Amino acid sequence: MSKDVVIPFDHQQSAHCESGVISNLMRFHGLKVSEPMAFGVGSGLFYSHMPFLKLNGIPVTSYRILPGLIFKRFSKNMGVQMKRMRFRDQDEAMAELDRVLDKGLPVGMLTSVFYLPYLPQAFRFHFNAHNIVVFGRKGDEYLVSDPVMDGTTTIHRRALVRARFAKGTPDTNGRMYYPTAVLTKADLKAAAIKGLKRTARDMSNVPLPMFGVKGMPYLAKKLRQYETKLGERRAKLYLGNIIRMQEEIGTGGAGFRFMFAAFLQEAAGLLNKPELKEHAKEMTRIGDQWREFAFEAGRMCKGRPEPGSTYGTLADKLEAIGRAEKVLFKQLAKLPL
Amino acid sequence: MKKEEVPQDDANMLEGKFKVVKYALNENGEYVKVPSVGWEPENVALGQAWDVINERVEDARQQVLSGKLSPLAFHMEKNMMDEALLAKHMGLPARRVKRHLEPKEFEALDEATLLHYADALLTTVEELKRVPDAPSRAISSDQA
Repeated sequence: MSKDVVIPFDHQQSAHCESGVISNLMRFHGLKVSEPMAFGVGSGLFYSHMPFLKLNGIPVTSYRILPGLIFKRFSKNMGVQMKRMRFRDQDEAMAELDRVLDKGLPVGMLTSVFYLPYLPQAFRFHFNAHNIVVFGRKGDEYLVSDPVMDGTTTIHRRALVRARFAKGTPDTNGRMYYPTAVLTKADLKAAAIKGLKRTARDMSNVPLPMFGVKGMPYLAKKLRQYETKLGERRAKLYLGNIIRMQEEIGTGGAGFRFMFAAFLQEAAGLLNKPELKEHAKEMTRIGDQWREFAFEAGRMCKGRPEPGSTYGTLADKLEAIGRAEKVLFKQLAKLPL
Repeated sequence: MKKEEVPQDDANMLEGKFKVVKYALNENGEYVKVPSVGWEPENVALGQAWDVINERVEDARQQVLSGKLSPLAFHMEKNMMDEALLAKHMGLPARRVKRHLEPKEFEALDEATLLHYADALLTTVEELKRVPDAPSRAISSDQA
């Protein structure tokens, strides 16, 4: 039996797992970045609706870039060097984790929420892209900093092996990572500008109808036909899934829009650009519109629509949001920084 | 969203284990993290997704009871898997798993394969061979 290890790790709760792990891991290595700043520098915000890509028979809608990309972009913009590993063999994956912990380094890893017994039952789907940090070991229990939780927790070795080697979309393959070089004097200003500009470009310029600000009118068009094409029950399931992707655990509210607004606000101070505060306010107003959309959609799913509410009025709301985001991201793309 | 507007609609989705955080504006118009126990639209959508899953579990249980499917079908649904996902865990082709959903094929399985299935489905060989008497819900075991 290997000896116990407890690494002093300052766990702070976040809205989202990936930006939360970045913020917590960087703080350990002496670089202070808030969750919204990590999210913004990593250009996490996005929008896409992909009717051809289905999970459990329901088209995928997403309010963020692909899992793992926030970390990659953040590291690139901040000059952070990461050691990334994946494994075939479960014992080897755990042995390597133990070796890194023994060196006193906390380790980030990819897990499936289905196999994390400490999470509430209602959230345990086969979602295989949940990031956590393991920061120690006591006997067979590993010490876990799960960014969405208010405190740290523990997980048994057997459960952790399952969570690290879940199959599905994607196979988790024991993936783990830890920073090997963090520049504590990195140029956060330059990184924030790069991250911001990238998001503005991503949202405005992808030449396909289902991505960025074009994705909202694209989904709106489909939404108008949901009831006639899918029937009432499936229409509600499709709509419910949109709400979940927008509001469920992890987004910080309004499909990451409030977190992005918080980034804009922080960037205004960091870059001494007061006009960014106005953009943060506009992003907040748009976030509130997203919430009104979700509220109306929720009533629809429950079978108690607001008076006058239809799939058509929901589509109208979505189109209005699309127009507002189009203007905002175009302004941000042009902003001299 | 202002701090005091952060919804607190508790549908026990978090089982009292913790609160999630949302970003909202404080009295000075600055963003802060605010704890939340949930929001009605989110609770409705989540509940709806679980209803679909639990219906599938109960449907499988009924089909096992009526002899149309092997108990493997029930345990597969309980773990929210389909043949393809279970096959990946087993390292078998999906069509083999599909065959094992037939009662006769399942009965002919050797102990090692049953043990492998039980492990993949977070249960015991004994449990794997039967279904509960009462309607059951999808549930991920608390044990690994």
